[in-house]
Amino acid sequence: MTPALSIKNLHKVYANGLVALKGISLDVQAGDFFAVLGPNGAGKSTTIGIISSLVRKTDGQITVFGKDIDTHFSEAKQELGIVPQEFNFSMFEKVLDIVLQQGGYYGLPRAKALTQAEKYLRQLGLWDKRDTPARMLSGGMKRRLMIARALVHEPRILILDEPTAGVDIELRRSMWEFLRTINAEGTTIILTTHYLEEAESLCRHVAIIDQGEIVQNTTMKQLLKRLTKEVFICDVADDLGAAPTVEGYATHLIDEHSFEVEVEKGQSLNRVFSALDQAGVTVVSMRNKANRLEVLFVSMVSSQTSGEKARAV
Amino acid sequence: MQFNQQMVALATIVRKEIKRFTRIWVQTLLPPVITMSLYFVIFGKLIGDRIGTMDGIAYMQFVVPGLIMMAVLTNSYSNVSSSFFSAKFQRSIEEILVSPTPNVIILLGYCAGGMARGLCVGVLVTLLALFFTDIHVHNWWVTVSVVIMTSLFFALAGFINAIYANTFDDISIVPTFILTPLTYLGGVFYSVSLLPDFWRWVSQLNPILHMVGAFRYGMLGTSEGNIWLAFLGLFLATLALFFISLHLLKHGKRLRA
Repeated sequence: MTPALSIKNLHKVYANGLVALKGISLDVQAGDFFAVLGPNGAGKSTTIGIISSLVRKTDGQITVFGKDIDTHFSEAKQELGIVPQEFNFSMFEKVLDIVLQQGGYYGLPRAKALTQAEKYLRQLGLWDKRDTPARMLSGGMKRRLMIARALVHEPRILILDEPTAGVDIELRRSMWEFLRTINAEGTTIILTTHYLEEAESLCRHVAIIDQGEIVQNTTMKQLLKRLTKEVFICDVADDLGAAPTVEGYATHLIDEHSFEVEVEKGQSLNRVFSALDQAGVTVVSMRNKANRLEVLFVSMVSSQTSGEKARAV
Repeated sequence: MQFNQQMVALATIVRKEIKRFTRIWVQTLLPPVITMSLYFVIFGKLIGDRIGTMDGIAYMQFVVPGLIMMAVLTNSYSNVSSSFFSAKFQRSIEEILVSPTPNVIILLGYCAGGMARGLCVGVLVTLLALFFTDIHVHNWWVTVSVVIMTSLFFALAGFINAIYANTFDDISIVPTFILTPLTYLGGVFYSVSLLPDFWRWVSQLNPILHMVGAFRYGMLGTSEGNIWLAFLGLFLATLALFFISLHLLKHGKRLRA
């Protein structure tokens, strides 16, 4: 099956000599919810910039549903909706005008653009603000405006570069829900984010970019399977003098009402609860100490960095 | 992108540009009208009455075509340079650059916006001139085609300025240090026949002199130079700026990293 987006051997060297991409290749299948992760300066935004034609590639090939962005520029562009990291609309224009104009740039007749604009502004809770100049919107509203603008021509691929940066938790979750809905309706979504919880919650596939190279490209499930150890924090009802002893598991006291327990891959949590039950410890709540993906991400990126350093030495 | 879609994109850019300069009419339409009123009163009426005639024409009638052209070319230029640079500065230009809109449509859209403002101010100044003198058009075809081509020429020049500009200062340098001197020395207020031979020859190198001369011919029927040569020069220069602008857009000069 033709991938929704295919990147082959993409290189980018900026005019100042900075090597941003060192030949990355990846395929995103139609209907996927794909995360692109990486530390700051890894090359995520450069990749999106090249896909959206705001950055000129040095070498490589990009196809969108089989259409090369160089040779079939117009057809490829029609399939893409881009939500950039920074606000890039005129702050003096009204919300509805911004979305309508974007429809116009994609050749949508005004009546059709108006229908589409109303649909997405309503879905994103901005219809009541349609006559408000963009500069008067809150940060979260501006982000939603960029999503509505990117969707007005109904692209089959939506690319979001850190869409929830600086957005409060409630709004972030409502945006997740919206993205899940349009993904379920068939839109392929590619997302870069610093919130690893976001990637874990939304995405089925993940690529990790570091220093211009892809260090991991797999399914979220496969990636999470690589976890060798998870640490859980248990809150208990009674005062603890010391961390409860559970044979085969390392435990550490945090304070008199909580302790942490390390669970190795393959170990069962049932044994932990049995041991605690026998010791008369009542667990009232339990949570993962760290985001699981975050642990993997840090280990992968840091191993890449240390490898680079070792080679440099 | 199909032709009808390209026309939708073009109409969108033009509508946006017209909306922009009419929304801020106090900054865009009113100042040239006030400035030209002062020119009409001071140069045309107060000083003009003492000058009498220029090339056999009443001075007020002589300056009217020049002042109309001056308003048209400065406004066409500044509309495109400020609008396109603002879009670059705010990064809203990316809205168009990520879309399938072809470069030629982007260029035509911005230039049409600049021409709309230039011609709009031109019409306002013409109406204003009617308070001071009678206006007769000797040759409508020459008058209209010269004003349109001049407007396009300066819209394109403003576009190139905006592409190269990095700061707002950069878009005021050309109008201040190049455009204004060339305009004032371009036969708007005087006939080059008054100049010594050497300066008359130097003046021939000023393209605005020929544009004003051709326009004055269209309105008054008299010209200091060869009208058809001016026409051809203006056409070729406009064509050259058009392809330079298109080339810069195609290569993403200061637009794409």
